[in-house]
Amino acid sequence: MSRAVRFAPLALLLVVIVALIWRLATPTDSNVHSTLDGKRVPEFSLPAALPEKPALSSADLASGSPHLVNVFASWCVPCVTEVKTLQVLRHSGVRVDGIAIRDRPVDLADFLARNGDPYERIGSDAESKVQISLGSSGVPESFIVDGKGVIRYQHIGPIERSDVPMILAKLEQAR
Amino acid sequence: MKRFIFVAALMATQPLFADSNLPPAYWANRELPDAKQEAQAEQLMEQIRCLVCQGQSIADSDAELAGDMRDLVRRRIAAGEKPQAIRAWLVQRYGTWISYKPTAEPSAWPLWLAPLALLFVGAWLIRRRIRVRDA
Repeated sequence: MSRAVRFAPLALLLVVIVALIWRLATPTDSNVHSTLDGKRVPEFSLPAALPEKPALSSADLASGSPHLVNVFASWCVPCVTEVKTLQVLRHSGVRVDGIAIRDRPVDLADFLARNGDPYERIGSDAESKVQISLGSSGVPESFIVDGKGVIRYQHIGPIERSDVPMILAKLEQAR
Repeated sequence: MKRFIFVAALMATQPLFADSNLPPAYWANRELPDAKQEAQAEQLMEQIRCLVCQGQSIADSDAELAGDMRDLVRRRIAAGEKPQAIRAWLVQRYGTWISYKPTAEPSAWPLWLAPLALLFVGAWLIRRRIRVRDA
């Protein structure tokens, strides 16, 4: 047996070890990204989540100006801090719409009274139907939709304070 | 005692991402009245991956989103939609990740070819060994 062949298993072992170390050092992204990025928002029409707030449909999103569509819920813990960041975005002129997942009006009203209300419209998605049709896999998640109703960006997880400039830039691009 | 307090504290913890207050969707945990349709739905649900408990199918998962997806599958099957159309609809949104059914897309070719390649390498090694013994 030649020398090269004799050392082949050792070399293979080294390759495997290096691959394992690399994978441990840089874990895979376990988020499931929507494949609708760059495509039109699927047609939907949600009922109003609160009596005093307008409902949300896909037609409302193709309004000529970009929207930030926030998929959230009153029972979602990270949404509590996120909604304050959305308030900041709202104050800088961003149109924020909400899709409330599996929520009750009582809980939602309480959540908004407690944490602030940045939403122009809120649609109630009681059976996660629109969430699934958007390719969203959890709360909170946000979509930047341009004036023609095309999804330009999906943000998985809460929008943090440090994300604000990035979100504003994405909205500017979507203009 | 310390250990007891530790265990008691662990038992008292609540999951951070709590569930909603709404009951499960109507068809989440109900079988369709038509046995043939239910069998179709069941088969599809076992092949659709849960988005919350990644690694479980929506048939096995207790996550609320999985329940809502079972509801969606059963409703569509009951409305006469074909399972492969529902799968395609989901793949269009979440990518092939959502389906457990293997595909033949180019990124999966190495997986399909690996067993064949290993078989050839094995045959080649054995052939060499046999030759050495002959000599």
